Amino acid sequence: MVSIQGIGVKQRIYARWKASLRHRIRRISPGRVVTHIFMILLILFTSLPLVYLASTAFKPLDELYIFPPKFLAMRPTFENFSSLFTALSSTEVPFTRYLYNSLLVSVLTVLGTVMVSSMGAFGLVKYKPPCADFIFNLVVAALMFPTAVTQIPSYLVVNNLHLINTYASLIIPKLAVAYNLFLMKQFIEQTPNELIESAKIDGAKPFTIYWKIILPLLKPAVFTLIVFAFQSSWNDYFSPLIYTTSEAMKTVTLAIQTISGGTTDLARAGAVAAASLVTIIPTIIVFLIMQSGVIETMAYSGIKS
Amino acid sequence: MSIYMTDRNEATEFQPKLHPGKKGRFAAHWAKYGTGYLFLAPFIILFTIFVIVPFFVSLGLSFTYYNMLEPPEWIGLNNYKLLFLEDDVFLIGVKNTLIFAFITGPIGYFASFFAAWAINELKTRKFLSLAFYAPSITSSVAVSVIWLYIFSPDRYGLINNLLIKLGFLTATEPILWTSNPKTIMPVIMVVSIWMSMGTGFLVFLAGLQNMPGELYDAANMDGVKNVFQKLWYITLPMMKPQLLFGAVNSIVNSFNVFAVATTIAGFPSPNYAGHTIVAHLYDYAFIRFEMGYASTIAVFLFVLTFLLGRICMKVFSSKDTY
Repeated sequence: MVSIQGIGVKQRIYARWKASLRHRIRRISPGRVVTHIFMILLILFTSLPLVYLASTAFKPLDELYIFPPKFLAMRPTFENFSSLFTALSSTEVPFTRYLYNSLLVSVLTVLGTVMVSSMGAFGLVKYKPPCADFIFNLVVAALMFPTAVTQIPSYLVVNNLHLINTYASLIIPKLAVAYNLFLMKQFIEQTPNELIESAKIDGAKPFTIYWKIILPLLKPAVFTLIVFAFQSSWNDYFSPLIYTTSEAMKTVTLAIQTISGGTTDLARAGAVAAASLVTIIPTIIVFLIMQSGVIETMAYSGIKS
Repeated sequence: MSIYMTDRNEATEFQPKLHPGKKGRFAAHWAKYGTGYLFLAPFIILFTIFVIVPFFVSLGLSFTYYNMLEPPEWIGLNNYKLLFLEDDVFLIGVKNTLIFAFITGPIGYFASFFAAWAINELKTRKFLSLAFYAPSITSSVAVSVIWLYIFSPDRYGLINNLLIKLGFLTATEPILWTSNPKTIMPVIMVVSIWMSMGTGFLVFLAGLQNMPGELYDAANMDGVKNVFQKLWYITLPMMKPQLLFGAVNSIVNSFNVFAVATTIAGFPSPNYAGHTIVAHLYDYAFIRFEMGYASTIAVFLFVLTFLLGRICMKVFSSKDTY
């Protein structure tokens, strides 16, 4: 019984696969071929240097100097990684402390900025207070002002609030970011007002509307913002560098940056490559989780409609 | 005592009559917008403290001489006069930045939209989107190390090596990609486009995924079959908010080019071939410690990008979408 059912399922899957293949072949058109070729070239352009980065991280020192240069490592080694971790663990603070700092700061920053900017954008777009246009213009203006010159005034503000050397100094200034509000506002504009109106008639409180209706509709935008915010918080070594002074407050990125240094010397290429690979792995993990979240949401809304 | 009391009573009684409807108007206003203000409050408070205050301080500093040791000294428009009339290196920076922005901005913008659209159509999202987004995750220092290796000016460089192999170059005369003033800008452009496409791409992808499927079904029934027709008549108009975000993002990115330029061409670059507005700003802010003058440069860049941003907002005005 079970086996018969199994065969039936297999045959059905096979038939469906054949049908979809036929369908796909029928859909091949010059436009699609050109699109595919263009896509492949683009993907090669974006991914090859990264493959090269990864292979450099695994290259032993002598392979960096061979001629002709090789794209991939011939004798891959963990030398670069082990020397990085030796250097990291020889500092007075254990590596896990840096990791804890980084995770704590990044997670709180991401949660905070998602809440603050989506709530702000919700208030701005759906309630349209008289000052909405002014606020939006101010946000866009702030976006365009070069950050280099605001660094010193920002430091003075953080210093006057007595936040130096606290986790708060690494989190709170990064909650109300112009970019994030702008992103959220653009997506909230696309949400239909009818849903909110009908929820209001049903007697839903404003926060319930925001939490139960708007946020679920915004999932692709929220996941995108999570990726951006996590990445910028994780990669940021400038804030911990100027807002904290004690070694115990350093983040992973700052620690690695200090060790590997910003040199562009060929002999250090392997070490820098290894260090940057280690730094980007958490962001890649967050990205992958968020991407599958977005795709699941799509499948879900597809079933619903 | 009693007179005093009646006075007070009179005052409170009369107040509503003296300002007819003011209290009522406020109450009505609060009833309509109060919740909106409450939702906005956390953002506005934090934004004012950490963004608006530093922004206006810098704006004020642009009218001063400030070397970060002595208190700022008011010098009026002198910084602006100096910037436009006497600073030749700044003009080189402006020229380079404009060339850079008008080439890389549009290329990066269209390539990232095309990639997001194609990946969404091809339904192979997860892996391809990682391949496309990954360059923006890496820090500019790490990236520059790799690209410097690829564009290395000797025969060890991957590109020179390839050109030698293919017979376009002789091994004794490799192209000095990162020190020849003629090739510096193109190299910076390639690397910047490579690094900057991810943000726009991810926002476009999220926008495409936000698209209600019913619209396409309706379009199918109306006889819109071609993918490109669908793109032009449905996708693009619906995506205006994301297209605006992407445009503003690429304007800001391309006019603020600095980190990639200096790690590739060095600072100062040969013949100022890789000198940009922000490079000039950094020079004055963190090498010469002339914060006032640096703020003036920042204000100039701000006005430039803000005007372009306003144009984009006009073009992508999303008033008519819903």
